[in-house]
Amino acid sequence: MTSFANPQSLKNKGVLGINQRNSDYIMRYNKRKLYPLVDDKLQTKQLAIDAGVAVPKLYSIIKYNHQLKKLETLLEDHNEIVIKPAHGSGGNGILVLTEKVGKLYKTPSGDLMSVNAIRHYISNILSGMYSLGGVPDRAFFEYRIKFDPVFDEVSFKGVPDIRIIVFRGIPISAMVRLPTSDSNGKANLHQGAIGVGVNLATGCTTHGVIGNDTTSLHPDTGQPIEGLQLPRWKKILQIAVKCSDKVGLGYLGVDIVLDRTLGPLMLELNARPGLNVQLANQRGLLANLNTIENMESIPSEADQRVAFALSLNK
Amino acid sequence: MHKLAVHFWSIVFIAIGLAIFAHKVFQLGMPITPDATTETWTVQARLAFKGNGRNIMASMSIPNLTPGYIKINEHYISGDFGVNAKVKGDNKTAEWAKRKANGQQSLYYRATLTRSNVATKWTEVPEYPEAPEFFEPYSTAVDKIIEDVRSQSADTASFTYELITHLRSSDENENISLIKDLARTDEQFANLITKLLAVAHIPTRKMWVVELADAANDVLPQIMIQTYNGEEWLTFNPETGVSGIPANHLIWKIGDDPLYTLKGGDSAEVKFSVTKSFIELLEVAKLAAKEKGSILGKFTLFSLPVDSQNTFSLILMVPLGALIIVLMRTFIGVQTFGTFMPILIAVAFRETQLLWGIVLFTVIVFIGLLLRLYLERLRLLLIPRLAAILVIVVMLMLLISFTTSQLGLDRLLSISLFPMVILAMTIERMSITWEESGGQTALIQGLGSLLVACLGYLVMTNQHLNYLMFAYPEFLIVILGVCIWMGSYTGYRVSELFRFREIKTSA
Repeated sequence: MTSFANPQSLKNKGVLGINQRNSDYIMRYNKRKLYPLVDDKLQTKQLAIDAGVAVPKLYSIIKYNHQLKKLETLLEDHNEIVIKPAHGSGGNGILVLTEKVGKLYKTPSGDLMSVNAIRHYISNILSGMYSLGGVPDRAFFEYRIKFDPVFDEVSFKGVPDIRIIVFRGIPISAMVRLPTSDSNGKANLHQGAIGVGVNLATGCTTHGVIGNDTTSLHPDTGQPIEGLQLPRWKKILQIAVKCSDKVGLGYLGVDIVLDRTLGPLMLELNARPGLNVQLANQRGLLANLNTIENMESIPSEADQRVAFALSLNK
Repeated sequence: MHKLAVHFWSIVFIAIGLAIFAHKVFQLGMPITPDATTETWTVQARLAFKGNGRNIMASMSIPNLTPGYIKINEHYISGDFGVNAKVKGDNKTAEWAKRKANGQQSLYYRATLTRSNVATKWTEVPEYPEAPEFFEPYSTAVDKIIEDVRSQSADTASFTYELITHLRSSDENENISLIKDLARTDEQFANLITKLLAVAHIPTRKMWVVELADAANDVLPQIMIQTYNGEEWLTFNPETGVSGIPANHLIWKIGDDPLYTLKGGDSAEVKFSVTKSFIELLEVAKLAAKEKGSILGKFTLFSLPVDSQNTFSLILMVPLGALIIVLMRTFIGVQTFGTFMPILIAVAFRETQLLWGIVLFTVIVFIGLLLRLYLERLRLLLIPRLAAILVIVVMLMLLISFTTSQLGLDRLLSISLFPMVILAMTIERMSITWEESGGQTALIQGLGSLLVACLGYLVMTNQHLNYLMFAYPEFLIVILGVCIWMGSYTGYRVSELFRFREIKTSA
């Protein structure tokens, strides 16, 4: 057991490295002028609606600090609410309020926040604290997902999501990201969430990784994370393909959440999806990337491509 | 296709940079270490005579073209004589003049030279000489010798060589011994060769060389023969026939003009002396560039004012730091705060030295983080908060400087340029990373930044590299080429070999 892999063996396993991802896929297939579409969550939302893809409902948008004066009225109508920066990345800057307790608002971790604290939080978003380069940003409020019961036993505090990697309109790999106490309820693998591989053909979860270690149980709930059947798998792939078609990025990460009543909803798109999906699936991306890159023509029909994806890893 | 272009440009840039570098090193003789020295010779010719009370006009041949050497400087030490130097053909003459001088007079010409391979070319084109007349029995002997030599030679060079070796050979025939009787001294011998070459219609001239030895007084110039082959002058040693200017010899004068002329004086005599010393190669290279009229020589940073030189010697190191960043991030996969922030930290380390720099950086960032934690509770807007952190950083620096100076540790007083803004940004970035990605990520990135900064510091403060970058700014083009090449690297990062080590299935 060595602690470093031999580069040749990684290559044989078809593992995609960051440098190659950037150079051969992102720079080649993702036009930079399209980035704003995915970097701005509000634009992404509109894009998905245009493509006929369901998204969490948008409640309101805050552009200016003075709008925060009437913050209480904005929060009034909803018991549960998610506050996001339009330009946040990696799940950063997201504030979830689960219920109102007297004059305070509860967060998933059980902390209580005053309206003033929330106001300060949003004003930080507006001044660009979570956006790249610190440029001024917008904040928006949206529907809080009530996630599908399939994740009830394997989720801690936050909302699990499904990451699909779509290359030239064809899904090539997928994983589920399960929040843990370490990740503080965030579905971000860098922060300690579990990445669980998903069998592309069946939508069934395979093995999980926390950081670099494999796991078959959720560390907080102790429940098995393997062998979970994701409901409406085909629909999930269709959403990914539709989003990819609409946004026009050739190498795309599509994040989808499963709502127990609304079904799969597109949460956000990522023009620079990470490589952890390879760890979660214990499988390199290069094989599928090469297969698709070498295809003479890509089917124009979305359903054909979903069907192709379902057969990819058989 | 784009990969081809990448390789093309990177190779072009690296080649251009290295070519300029090679030109400077091999053609101009620029040193690759700052303290390299080379030998120099100071040659002095002293013209001494007695003035006889009338107007004095003295002239003396001085070196003009010096193949194999370049003049670093030359001086005329001439008391109250007026002096001026004239170039005539391939020669140069110093002329001294004075009204009425009595008694012993000494005029000096002094030149300092060093080896150089700057090419020089004689410009005089001779006419083909008339064959001189010899009387019998010499004329038959001469004809016979010329015939013998001609049968054994192919061109001017080999003819000259054969002629000299014939005349010098030990098993001389009677023709040769007859002819040799005409020449008793070296000069007469040289004259004889000249005359014989003229019979064969080969243009010739005589040349005097001075041997460059250490601490040599009363050096006697030696005579050499030059023949013209229709294109250039070839030099031969009349003793041995060996062609070429002998090593360690300086050409003093060419042609039959006398070494000196004197009007208004007598008992004139010229003495040569040579001493050896050392000079920095860099000085020589600058002179060589000037001598050669090389454009590159004019673009040297050494010609800038000293304060701009100091600034540039720092600025030129920054691209090297950038190279380290590329290496560490693209090839190793070290995480840092911001892309080039570690370089700025490294530049700051120059002020404080490495160890103190690290201590200072760590202390200020640590205290800054603690205070930032409190500021978070005050719910300040982002930019005022950053400004507040900046003020805190400045206060911390002040405090540290003050306490260390009280403790007698003067070194920390030199943190004047420690970049407060960079520190403030580091604190802000680190605290946000800490909050969002956890302490582990924040520490990894913090340590990564510090590691890269240390490496950057070591590279950027390396005296040898600093000299190389300053003396050879063309390395910037090389670095550009290397960056372009590294930009096309699509292989794994070392960190990925670790990250993906557990992936088992092969696709």
